[in-house]
Amino acid sequence: MNRIAVTSEGPSLDDQVDPRFGRAAGFVVVDLETMDTQYIDNGQSQVMAQGAGIQAAELVARAGVSCLLTGSVGPKAFQALSAAGIKVGQNLEGLTVRAAVERFKNNQVEIAQAANRAGR
Amino acid sequence: MIVAIASGKGGTGKTTVAASLATIWAGEVLGVDLDVEEPNLHLFLRPAIAGSEMAHMTVPTVAEAQCTYCGACSELCQFKAISVFNQVIITFPEMCHGCGGCIAICPEKALSAGQRELGEISWGQAGGVGFLAGRLRIGEAMSPPLMRRVKARLDQMLAATGGDAIIDAPPGVSCPAVNAVMDSDVILLVTEPTPFGVYDFQLAWEAFTPLGKPMGAVINRAGLGNDAIYRFCQEKGLPILAEIPYDRAIAEAYARGRIIATVSTGLKAIFVSLRDQIRDLAQPNRSREAAHA
Repeated sequence: MNRIAVTSEGPSLDDQVDPRFGRAAGFVVVDLETMDTQYIDNGQSQVMAQGAGIQAAELVARAGVSCLLTGSVGPKAFQALSAAGIKVGQNLEGLTVRAAVERFKNNQVEIAQAANRAGR
Repeated sequence: MIVAIASGKGGTGKTTVAASLATIWAGEVLGVDLDVEEPNLHLFLRPAIAGSEMAHMTVPTVAEAQCTYCGACSELCQFKAISVFNQVIITFPEMCHGCGGCIAICPEKALSAGQRELGEISWGQAGGVGFLAGRLRIGEAMSPPLMRRVKARLDQMLAATGGDAIIDAPPGVSCPAVNAVMDSDVILLVTEPTPFGVYDFQLAWEAFTPLGKPMGAVINRAGLGNDAIYRFCQEKGLPILAEIPYDRAIAEAYARGRIIATVSTGLKAIFVSLRDQIRDLAQPNRSREAAHA
């Protein structure tokens, strides 16, 4: 079973990719074979003064995904995701979750080597 | 007595006032630079440094062989400075606030005390004025932990020598500024009568009023701008303890690193009067006449 997580502004495949990772509204976890979805709310990270990206990485790691698709990831979150063995695909804002997943399936998403946003 | 020289807006003259007050204070006095992100009091007091030490914060070090990845530390840390991902534990020392909670809570005793360098504390003597300052390590994000260590040394120095301290605080109204003024006996707000000066002065007044300390205003560059600052002080019942004129001679002396209280007898008189009024503010029941009797 290969599952990936996508930062999302809502719970479904037709919601928009949330451009933020740490402070994303939530994560749609997608089973790549069945396209079954599961939604993880990220509200608890959104209200943190700092460390939102790290906590979000914990949430995603617990969901047992192999890859994360999002808009931007900061350096600490990137380090955390790397430590958890989760690959990161960035710059996918402006798409629906479904479109981002299709791109990934078609090998059109580049796996990031580093964070694409400066930390705070 | 500890006097904190603060401001909302930066560049209004905190250091100018702190250096001048310390110089004309009379009696045992310490000039303390708590603007650890960009200390500059030494440029004016020019102390001979007698000693210095590095300040550190306790951060967790992981003995991964003993870690069972239970996640207790990660759950406790509200700053996410330590985090467990399945079978991996990582620390973000720069995020740590040094509470030591993770080390205390670890059931496997896999965490021990490591250190993060905060910066340097130095002390010395500038003529008759004692000197103490903190300087934040470049790259360090939090200044309050270093400020607390400077204040701990200040307490030791005051306990040993007695006397008063004049704190040059950082600008603004966030944690570093509040940290610099919260243990003082009197807060002096230095501002200028410009729209920016007035706006940030109001923020500072709002931020520091809940501390319940005697407060007074010093208006630097008086003659510039408008009368909004005077109206605000009157409305809030905040005493204006001194006005420093907007004068080229002051700017020239400042640019040469001089202490402006030593520039002219008129300027010295402004600071002597300011000092006396601060002493009155600190002891509201003592009238100045009685003190001089």
